[in-house]
Amino acid sequence: MWIIGPVGFTAPWLLLGLLALPVLWFVLRAVPPAPVRRRFPGITLLLGLRDDAHQTDRTPWWLLLLRILAIAALIIGFAGPVLNPQVQASRSGPLLILADGTWADAPSWTIRTTRIAQALEEAGRSGRAVAVVLLTDPPAQAPAFQSADLWATRLPGLTPRPHAPDPAAMDHFAATLPAGAFDTFWLSDGLDRASRAPLLAALEARGSVRVFEGGRATLALRPARFEEGEVRLTALRARAGGADQAVIVAHGPDPLGIERELARAPITFEAGETTAETALVLPGELRNRITRFQIGGFQNGGLRSAGAVALTDDALKRRKVALVSGRADREGLDLLSPLFYLHQALAPTSDLIEGADIAQLLPAAPDVVVLADVAQLAQADADALTDWVGAGGMLVRFAGPRLAASDVARDAADPLLPVRLRAGGRSVGGAMSWGAPKSLRAFGDGSPFFGLDIPDDVQVSAQVLAQPDPDLANRTIAALQDGTPLVTRSRLGQGQVVLFHVTANAEWSSLPLSGLFVQMLERLAVSTRPGAPVADDIEGRVWVPVRRIDGFGTVSKATDLPGVEGADLAAALTGSGASAGVPPGVYASGARQIALNVIGADRVLAPARWPDWVVVEGLSAAREAPLKGWFLAAALLALIVDIVASLALGGLLGRRVAGTAALLLLALAAGVPAPGTAQGTQTADAFALRATSKVVLAHVLTGDVALDRISQAGLRGLSAHLFQRTAVEPGEAIGVDLERDELAFFPLLYWPVTPSQPQPSDQAYARLNAYLRNGGMIVFDTRDADIAGFGAASANGRKLQQLAAPLDIPPLEPVPSDHVLTRTFYLLSDFPGRFMGRDVWVEAAPPDAERAEGMPFRNLNDGVTPVVIGGNDWAAAWALDERGQPVLPVGRGFAGNRQREMAVRFGINLVMHVLTGNYKSDQVHVPALLDRLGQ
Amino acid sequence: MTAAADLRARAEGLSAHLPPLLAAADHLAATVLLGDHGRRRAGMGDEFWQYRPAHAGDGARLVDWRRSARGDAHFVREREWQAAQSVLLWVDDARSMQYASRGLEEKAARARLLALALTVLLVRGGERVGLTGPLAPPRSGQAQVARIAAALAVSGAQDYGTPDARGIPPHSRAVFISDFLGDISAVEGALTSAADRGVKGALVQVLDPSEEAFPFDGRTIFESMSGAIRFETLKAGDLRDRYRDRLAERKDRLALLAERTGWLYLCHHVDTPAQSALLWLYQALERRN
Repeated sequence: MWIIGPVGFTAPWLLLGLLALPVLWFVLRAVPPAPVRRRFPGITLLLGLRDDAHQTDRTPWWLLLLRILAIAALIIGFAGPVLNPQVQASRSGPLLILADGTWADAPSWTIRTTRIAQALEEAGRSGRAVAVVLLTDPPAQAPAFQSADLWATRLPGLTPRPHAPDPAAMDHFAATLPAGAFDTFWLSDGLDRASRAPLLAALEARGSVRVFEGGRATLALRPARFEEGEVRLTALRARAGGADQAVIVAHGPDPLGIERELARAPITFEAGETTAETALVLPGELRNRITRFQIGGFQNGGLRSAGAVALTDDALKRRKVALVSGRADREGLDLLSPLFYLHQALAPTSDLIEGADIAQLLPAAPDVVVLADVAQLAQADADALTDWVGAGGMLVRFAGPRLAASDVARDAADPLLPVRLRAGGRSVGGAMSWGAPKSLRAFGDGSPFFGLDIPDDVQVSAQVLAQPDPDLANRTIAALQDGTPLVTRSRLGQGQVVLFHVTANAEWSSLPLSGLFVQMLERLAVSTRPGAPVADDIEGRVWVPVRRIDGFGTVSKATDLPGVEGADLAAALTGSGASAGVPPGVYASGARQIALNVIGADRVLAPARWPDWVVVEGLSAAREAPLKGWFLAAALLALIVDIVASLALGGLLGRRVAGTAALLLLALAAGVPAPGTAQGTQTADAFALRATSKVVLAHVLTGDVALDRISQAGLRGLSAHLFQRTAVEPGEAIGVDLERDELAFFPLLYWPVTPSQPQPSDQAYARLNAYLRNGGMIVFDTRDADIAGFGAASANGRKLQQLAAPLDIPPLEPVPSDHVLTRTFYLLSDFPGRFMGRDVWVEAAPPDAERAEGMPFRNLNDGVTPVVIGGNDWAAAWALDERGQPVLPVGRGFAGNRQREMAVRFGINLVMHVLTGNYKSDQVHVPALLDRLGQ
Repeated sequence: MTAAADLRARAEGLSAHLPPLLAAADHLAATVLLGDHGRRRAGMGDEFWQYRPAHAGDGARLVDWRRSARGDAHFVREREWQAAQSVLLWVDDARSMQYASRGLEEKAARARLLALALTVLLVRGGERVGLTGPLAPPRSGQAQVARIAAALAVSGAQDYGTPDARGIPPHSRAVFISDFLGDISAVEGALTSAADRGVKGALVQVLDPSEEAFPFDGRTIFESMSGAIRFETLKAGDLRDRYRDRLAERKDRLALLAERTGWLYLCHHVDTPAQSALLWLYQALERRN
């Protein structure tokens, strides 16, 4: 290769051809353009004339220049020019392409894959064997060197992982490097990592190492903290540059369950700082719905990186707890108040509502209702509470003197108490009793408290006792040493009822004084974890991933991932961070959720430091670009221009043709697509004009040609009769394609049902529903004489059910005898078509419709029925051909004529009903109006 | 193919063109109103000229009794003298007339149309119309239109046509339609010989617009319509002015010639409506001596 400046040539000897250009110049100059033969009668006047000068027979200089340039471009093009040739690519030996493949790579992943593809291409050109390895997903054995083409096909499958490379796996990879010397090309994510140095040393022992860094700035987001009533967020960046701005967006489901943006806060990096903080103050309802925070404010919606996403868990959620105490507060005796310890335990982590009136508390939608020594509830309160628990609420009750004294759940089970209670309760270890105060038994396997340490000083001196029922053991979730239940729980609907058999204050036991009380409330999900989870809180349980996050920061449901041991999760949360075994996401165990984020709470980003001798290339490295194609295309273009210009010079092109050719050339050069979509709107406009310049009846095109023809003829006949007999003068009927045509123009849509017609699309149904809502009417005609009574017994009936299911149709009833349809123009009692079928169904009258005093008709619904459903094949009875003759026979003889006449009358009534609405129905008021006018 | 069958086939091919040409000519002729073709004196004719008092020798049949009944004198109704005239047409049938620039009709077609429309008009006016030469001597009547149409359909083989002044009766009228791009001396000779016999008429030069504008450029070899004459130029655009000078000179010469012999001269272009030329021709033939 021969290189001048930024351009190299693969076949430089061909450039000698450029020396021949001056010769070509003279040769071309000497040859005049070819003559044009032309017949011309005026030649007699030309004979004897002479040409002026001699230079006119030469090709003009600019055309010559064009040709010379074209040939020069050809010569240069075939000489193989390459922009920014990469000389170092000419090495030999295998090449290992190493990519970190972490979340920090994700924002500029396409840049990285392109760079890998480029490296593969270079290697392929020089015939080197290649291996591509993702450090976050290293192969178990030594990577095999294969041909570059093979790897190029696998390239699209490479995706970044949401976690950092595992140090152990990196060490293993360094130990299992393939034998022999090879070069390494390392695409780093730009973050400092202690485990990188040994691997680098191992690689340098095998050959040279080049490093690629660059792409978008690495930003990350620490988990959100809830402190002092506001949500605090900390963003990190790897390099402390100048001042920078970003936006943090909170996402979560809205009340309808649709994921959307709930809040956003700007965040500013000061110059020279690598961290930035911002705070969000949000109402509790909004805050509880947030599922994740994301660094956003970019055009594509957010920074596509798992590190820029902070998932939220219980730590951010604050439950709303309603506290109800049975005892009136006594002033100055806070320590005796049954709610005092609950206050202390719940206030840091929950929103508390207090009050005595349950009916007033429930509308505030609390998550938990705590009843402290409330024995008897008013029946209305009890019902409301039962409904609320059944719908998923959690009722926590504490015993007390009142409960012990009352008769609640004494004989029969009370739904609001998990067990039946024995009268009186018991007292142990007091002054008047024998035994010592009891301590707690260790929590069993099935208990939600399993794993909690029981402090020695928790002692119970009094409690209410449960009746020994068969399912008492199942309902007991905490018991005393002697086996008497201390906490019982039962399910009620979707919710649960929990009873602490002791008081909520320290009167009966020292439980409320201990930390165990807080932990128990937390386990019951009465309260939520206040801050970072404690390891022993997590260990011992299996945590199931609920949501996962991929390297690009996309959150999805994790249904296919196995559960994770609590110990592993605790390790990931406290120190080692997410890994392939414990991927980042939201983990759940029972009612508790813990988010394992990519970025830990005290994570700091630092830029990677490479030894001085390692070559680090950035994005600015110029790419090798072959220019051969461009030069050849330029030559071709120049030759085309030459053709046009020569033709124009020879007078072979008329001016108009030349103009067209020039335009065509311009269009070719600019790659401008020809404009051509205005036609659609034109036809739509024409359709709208046709449909709106007159009243137009419409029928649905079913795709069955014969049926569509009958429908068209039927509406034509009906239109003709309307024209003759009424003030309605319709235009030619239109068949509408539900998928394409606008429906809003038509007062009435006749829809014949045939089993073969296609089901309209969702968009078509959306438009049909809009049409019905805005006062349109659809006449369904099953054309089967209603033999099946609209059951599923006839094919048409089944099809009708399918067709009408997505439609927004009100309740229907057979046309009542006083329906306005029976008297809008003609007085009718039945509605025959080609068949004398049975019922015709219309929108049902409101149930409170009553006949006014002295009126013949009830005051029925105000408005037009949106659908009429029948099976009498009306269109066939109305159908007239172009000459005004009936198309199909109806009945026999005179009776047939009368039936056809009745069918037409029904059609006229129908159209009148659509056009005039309930006008005839309003006529029942005429006597009253006349009376009011004093006539 | 036998000679008779060949002739018939050609005749049918020819006559196939006639109805459209006749129709076009009729259509064109219909745009000109007939009238004031009389001799402005009493004589034989259809049109009323004047009443004059009857004098001896007038037959009782000649007395206009309706007019005479209004007074005591007898009146005779005189009609205007209408005399038929012979008009002879010469339409150039040479190859040069077959030239047409793109999108326009051939000069020959326009010339034939003009000639035939004039024929229709004149026949309707009662004149005797014919073609110079032996093919269609002047006659009156509708059949003559068909005869002339058939005779016009024949086209010649030579490059440029020369006017044929044979068979023109003295003191009749003649119309020469051609592009007059050929040898001017032949035209001169024919015109002077006709003028010598007291024949008056009109010269219509039919030209294609490209012959007027000479819109050519670049190296060109010009050929006559038969290819017999060739002329090569390296830069046709440079010849434009000189060509147009020569054409103007040719037109001037024709106009001068016409003036000297008492004829009228019109230059008609194919891209202008035929109607104006027809009207001009009609007026030219109406011209009083």
